[in-house]
Amino acid sequence: MSVNLTLLTVMGALYACGIYLILERSLTRVLLGLMLLANATNLLILATGGYAGLAPMYSKDTAAGEYNDPLPQALILTSIVISFAVTAFMLGIIYRTWVLAREDEIQDDAEDRRVAKTPSFDLEDDSVIPVETSEFPLTMLGSDGQSVSDVRDGAGATVKVAGRKLDAGEAASEEQPGSLNATPPKEGGGQ
Amino acid sequence: MNIASFAPLAVLLPILGAALTFLLIRHSRAQRTVSIALLSLTLLLECWLLASVWNGGTAAVNIGGWLPPWGIVMVVDQFSSLMLVVSSSVSLAVLIYATGQGMADGDRDAPVSIFHPTYLILVAGVSNAFLSGDLFNLYVGFEILLTASYVLMTLGGTGPRIRAGVTYVVVSVVSSVLFLIAIAMIYGATGTINMADLAIKLADLDQGTQNLLHVMLLVAFGIKAAVFPLSFWLPDSYPTAPAPVTAVFAGLLTKVGVYAMVRTETLLFPGDTFNGPLMVAALLTMLVGILGALAQSDIKRLLSFTLVSHIGYMVFGLAMSSVAGLGAAVFYVAHHITIQTSLFLVTGLIERRGGSSSMDRVAGLAKLSPLLAVLFFVPAMNLAGIPPFSGFLGKVGLMQAGIQLGTPLALALVIGGVLTSLLTLLAIARVWNRAFWRKPEDAEHPDPVLLADPADSATGDRAGKTNVTLLPRTMVGSTLGLVILGVGLTLFAGPLFKVADQSAVDMLDRTSYIHAVLGEDAPVPAISRPEPDPAPAGVPPASGQERK
Repeated sequence: MSVNLTLLTVMGALYACGIYLILERSLTRVLLGLMLLANATNLLILATGGYAGLAPMYSKDTAAGEYNDPLPQALILTSIVISFAVTAFMLGIIYRTWVLAREDEIQDDAEDRRVAKTPSFDLEDDSVIPVETSEFPLTMLGSDGQSVSDVRDGAGATVKVAGRKLDAGEAASEEQPGSLNATPPKEGGGQ
Repeated sequence: MNIASFAPLAVLLPILGAALTFLLIRHSRAQRTVSIALLSLTLLLECWLLASVWNGGTAAVNIGGWLPPWGIVMVVDQFSSLMLVVSSSVSLAVLIYATGQGMADGDRDAPVSIFHPTYLILVAGVSNAFLSGDLFNLYVGFEILLTASYVLMTLGGTGPRIRAGVTYVVVSVVSSVLFLIAIAMIYGATGTINMADLAIKLADLDQGTQNLLHVMLLVAFGIKAAVFPLSFWLPDSYPTAPAPVTAVFAGLLTKVGVYAMVRTETLLFPGDTFNGPLMVAALLTMLVGILGALAQSDIKRLLSFTLVSHIGYMVFGLAMSSVAGLGAAVFYVAHHITIQTSLFLVTGLIERRGGSSSMDRVAGLAKLSPLLAVLFFVPAMNLAGIPPFSGFLGKVGLMQAGIQLGTPLALALVIGGVLTSLLTLLAIARVWNRAFWRKPEDAEHPDPVLLADPADSATGDRAGKTNVTLLPRTMVGSTLGLVILGVGLTLFAGPLFKVADQSAVDMLDRTSYIHAVLGEDAPVPAISRPEPDPAPAGVPPASGQERK
């Protein structure tokens, strides 16, 4: 198979420019890069067809060896149609990006940025389950590892307040009105 | 009569439907009827194709009477017809779901009247890719489905969709260019692009050229199938599309890439030149994908990451290039198409019912809608591979094949596979705990609809319209149908696994495929495959003949 050097050089230049352009952040340049890549590929397909021969099946006198290979040209035709459609579509969405965001740049994925910035500590999964140390024992394990029952019946749970040991229920009732701690949360002190 | 002569109808019927629905663009009821009728007809036809090759064998048809290797051939074998049936069932369910969504929102002359024609063209592209026996026709099939998918991805042209669409289009076009370069080089090296003919002629090339062509194809298909490290585009672009579109993309598009990889590895470049790198890629795909899923707080994004992760299982099965491995991979593809699509459809329902797909915003759905909870729970457990379900069976098949092969890399993949399965369970359990089990008051930013009295909230404001039914019967029905199909895969796993194994035997043997396309006297080159232990791994062709 003979190779046309000019064709190959042009193809290489198109590939180089195309790859450079698709690495840009500007959408119009990316589109230009994609068009160059598509055309470079068309040249590559053309090059695989070998040297330029005569039209195939045009005249009975043409020997088989003198034909041009028609298949690569059929492939190029298909590929041109496809890249035409894609280019038109790309132009459409680039225009739409411009209408929406007033810039010709690829936008960051907001949710992706958000997830990336999320600290590895997850409040729900990773927080230490606190040992109850407050004056107001709630329905959970106390520091002694035993179950602490509800404030109202106060059975067993005691708190240390100013040197005295108080029953939990009494301690709650001693709390001054208006204090932020006065109302125990509905359930589970840990969350 | 050659049953394959009806195969082109699987492509033509959806294209005909696309033309008709495009003409009926102002009559949404007629549009729906035509597209559902034609897709059902396609499904019936494909079931018939599958039934005719159920016990093995391959049939080929020359389009337009041009003889291979010059003309275009379409090939029906067990693998391609199984993929056709599964993909068409899934796309039919998604179509019904989408029409249900359209009807519930009451779009008379909707801005999305373009949906039906585009969707049918997507189905035609998928069918064309599955049936193609010609590398360039495979490329055309890919382009048909990709171009349709660009339109579906950016449907409505909202900001996030356009942003995601740009990434998706650019990545897809680059992968298509790579594929086209590979085709050009293959044509330059062999002078043919017929896949059966290539199977004979590629073997004559020297090893370096073969490796170059092989890698180019694998990279091009790897981008489409979202194999790590070529998978980053997927979780970025899929979640923003409308729910039915994401569902069908997740089910079908990556699997077409996997299908093309299977054909490359079995038909074009048999042997185990790249099995090692493929296995490493499979392991990384599984682990990186699932670790990404754990970090997400949006259900759609989480599912997109599990999608990437589970592609790893299929690549693992493929990379073993043994009958057991490939058979399990074929089964796994069928299972995963169904399950992943149903999960995305359920997520669409969650979004409608709960107002959001973010796990910070939805809660308490188990009490609010027990049916939704069941619809989510069954495929979720299936995806994680919990025993009775098909996900478990597929994974067991892969693990068995990996242990049979017994190389250190295969064993590492077996361990990685089990780990991924457990992490999938963890990711899915997080969704379950947060979206279904906890009370709406405990959510970080609960959607108002969740706090309202359940009796009042059968309707709500969605997509800019007031008083739409939140869970329309068509949407729930089609999702239920797909979940039942997923459970059906479990019930009929025995015969299905048998067909998958047989198709693996045929694909590794290649005789049936090459003879169906090029005639009985075509030479089938021997596969140079060093077999350290021929008994368990890789079944010799002789036993393949017996099983047929």
